[in-house]
Amino acid sequence: MLSTDPVGADRFRARRHRIATEDPDAQVRELQQLAAEVRRSVVHMIDKAQLGHIGGDLSVTDILVTLFGRVLDVDPARPHGPDRDRFILSKGHCAASLYATLAHCGYFPLSELSTFMAPLSALNGHPNRTKVPGVETNTGPLGHGFPVAVGCALAARLSGRSYRTYVVLGDGELQEGSNWEAAMTAAHYDLGSLTAIVDRNRLQQGARTEETKRLEPLAEKWTSFGWEAREVDGHDHARLLAALRPSPTGRPVAVIANTVKGKGVSFIEDRVEWHHKVPDAGQVRTALEELNR
Amino acid sequence: MTTGLIPENTARTYDCRQAFAEELIALAAEDPRIVAVCNDSVGSSNLVRFRELYPDRLINVGIAEQDLVGVGAGLANGGLIPFVSAAGPFLTGRATEQIKTDAAYNGLPVILCGQSPGMAYGELGPTHHSIEDLSWMRAIADLAVAVPADPAQTRAAVRWAAAHDGPVYLRIPRFKIPAVTPEDAPFRPGRSLQLTDGDDITVMAVGTMVSRALTAAEALRAEGIGLRVLNMTFVEPMDIDAVLRAARETHGIVTAEEATTTGGLGAAVASVVAQNHPAPMRILGVPRRFAPTGSASFLLEHFGLTADGIAAAVRELLSHEHR
Repeated sequence: MLSTDPVGADRFRARRHRIATEDPDAQVRELQQLAAEVRRSVVHMIDKAQLGHIGGDLSVTDILVTLFGRVLDVDPARPHGPDRDRFILSKGHCAASLYATLAHCGYFPLSELSTFMAPLSALNGHPNRTKVPGVETNTGPLGHGFPVAVGCALAARLSGRSYRTYVVLGDGELQEGSNWEAAMTAAHYDLGSLTAIVDRNRLQQGARTEETKRLEPLAEKWTSFGWEAREVDGHDHARLLAALRPSPTGRPVAVIANTVKGKGVSFIEDRVEWHHKVPDAGQVRTALEELNR
Repeated sequence: MTTGLIPENTARTYDCRQAFAEELIALAAEDPRIVAVCNDSVGSSNLVRFRELYPDRLINVGIAEQDLVGVGAGLANGGLIPFVSAAGPFLTGRATEQIKTDAAYNGLPVILCGQSPGMAYGELGPTHHSIEDLSWMRAIADLAVAVPADPAQTRAAVRWAAAHDGPVYLRIPRFKIPAVTPEDAPFRPGRSLQLTDGDDITVMAVGTMVSRALTAAEALRAEGIGLRVLNMTFVEPMDIDAVLRAARETHGIVTAEEATTTGGLGAAVASVVAQNHPAPMRILGVPRRFAPTGSASFLLEHFGLTADGIAAAVRELLSHEHR
C-alpha cells in the first residue's frame, strides 16, 4: 500500500479550503488549474508507460477534479476514515486520471506517478484498493463499480453514518446490465446519498455509443428507473458543482456529464482511435503545449 | 478425532439451512455489523425469521446476482459483515466475475453462501445444479472455500466466516444428511477432521458425501478393510498435511464430492499428491456430463455417489494394490 504524502496532503487541504471559501469564479479557476495539472500528469504517465487509455482519461478529468477539489468530504491523510465520502471510478481503465488526481491531492507522492504500469508498481493499469489509498474498490471489468457504490450507500444508512457515495460510470459502460440492476436497487432503497456521474463522451472502444448500441434517450432511462437525472457540460466546473448537489426529493441523482473524449488535446478530441492509442514523442510535445496554454 | 459411525439409513437427517439461519440470527444479535443480502431468496435461504427480527438488515436486491455480490462488497467496504446468500448455481455462475473482482480481489470479508448446492434441486435439472461451483471458486485467489457436512459444521462455518478477515464461499447443504461432527470439533481453514482410523485406504469427502463415506467405512470394516475417513471441510485452503499423510500411510485415496470431478476436491487432492507423493487415487463426483432428470437421491445413486459407490472404489483400488 502506498502511503500518504503528508506535505501533499497539507497542501491539498489548504487548496481545498481556499477553493471552498473563494468566490465562484475563483473556485472555477482553481479547479481548472488543478485539472490542467492532472491532464499534464496523465500525458506524462502514458508517455512513460507507453500504455493507457488517454481518451477517457482526458474526458473524465474535470469530473474527478471537481469531486476531489470541492465536493468529496475526504482527508488524504486518513484514506480509510470510516466517515469519508466514498468515491468509485467504475470506468477503471481511466486509472491514470484517477491516480494523477489522487497524487495531486496528496494521497501518495507525485513521484509515484512515473511508475504507472511499470513492473511491481502499485499503479496497475486498473485501480487496486489494497495498494492505492483513495481507491475504494477494484474496477476494470465494466459494470462493477455501481453495485458496490449501492452497497456503500446502504452501509452508511445501516451504520448510521452520514457519508455520501459517488460513482463515475463510462457511457459505453452502461451497456452492461449490472448497472441497471444497481440503478433499480438504489431507487428501491431511496438512496438519496448516492450520486452517479456518467462520463458521456459518446465514444466507446470501437465506435460511437449510438452506433454500437444506442443509449439515448439516456436521461429518460435514469428517470424511468426512479432517479433524478441532470444533464450538464462535464467540462464546466461551476455547472458540475451545481449538478452534484443532492436532490431535495431524496432520490438518487444521475448526472449526465456531456464530455469530449480526449478533452484538451486537439488531435485526440472526439476521435475513436484514441481510446487507448499512445502518442508518439512529437504528439506528446504538442499535447503538453496545448495543455500548458 | 474419531466419532461413532452413523449409518445414514438409521440416522436422523438435517437440512443445513436451518442451522445456517439459526446461527446467523444468533450472530446478528451479538454483532450489529452482521447483515444478510439475498436475491429474492428469502425463503430458499431460510431467512424469513432473520427478516422478521432484523428487517433493515436484510437487503433484498431482487433477481440480480451481479448486483447482489457487488452490493455485498459495498456493504463490507462500509464496515459491515455481509452474508450474501443465493442458490449456489446462480451465485457462483451468474456472478463469478463479481466474486473474483468485488469480493476476492478487493480482499473484503464478503461471505458468499451457496444455498441448495450440488444436485439438491434434483428434478429441476442441470440449470439449477451447482456442481461446477467448487471448481470455479477454487480457481479464485484468496477465496476460502468451505463445505460443511452437517448442522454442527454449518454453525461453526457461519461463526468462523463472520470472524474471518477475507472472502469466503460457504456451500450450505440442503439435501438431508445426518450429523457427523461433534459440537466441539475445531473449524479451521486448512484443517480436516479424521473421523475413523484406518490404514488401508483413505476416503476424503466433503459435505453430503461425508456420512456416506462413514457408512462405507462400516461396511468395509466387516470385510477387514480399514478406512481412514477425512472430512476435508475446506477445499481451499486444503489440509495438505493430512493429504500427504494419507498418501504416505495408506494404500490409496478415494475422494468423494457432490460436484464435478473437473476441478473440485478430487482435483485439488490429486494435484497435491501427484506433485509430492504419488499415490493411487479414485475421484468420485459428477462426471463432465449434464445430469438426466431425477431427484437428488436418484442422481447421487446414478453417479455412484453412495456408500456402495465409495466402497466399490476402495475395493477396486485395493485390488490393483495386490496385483
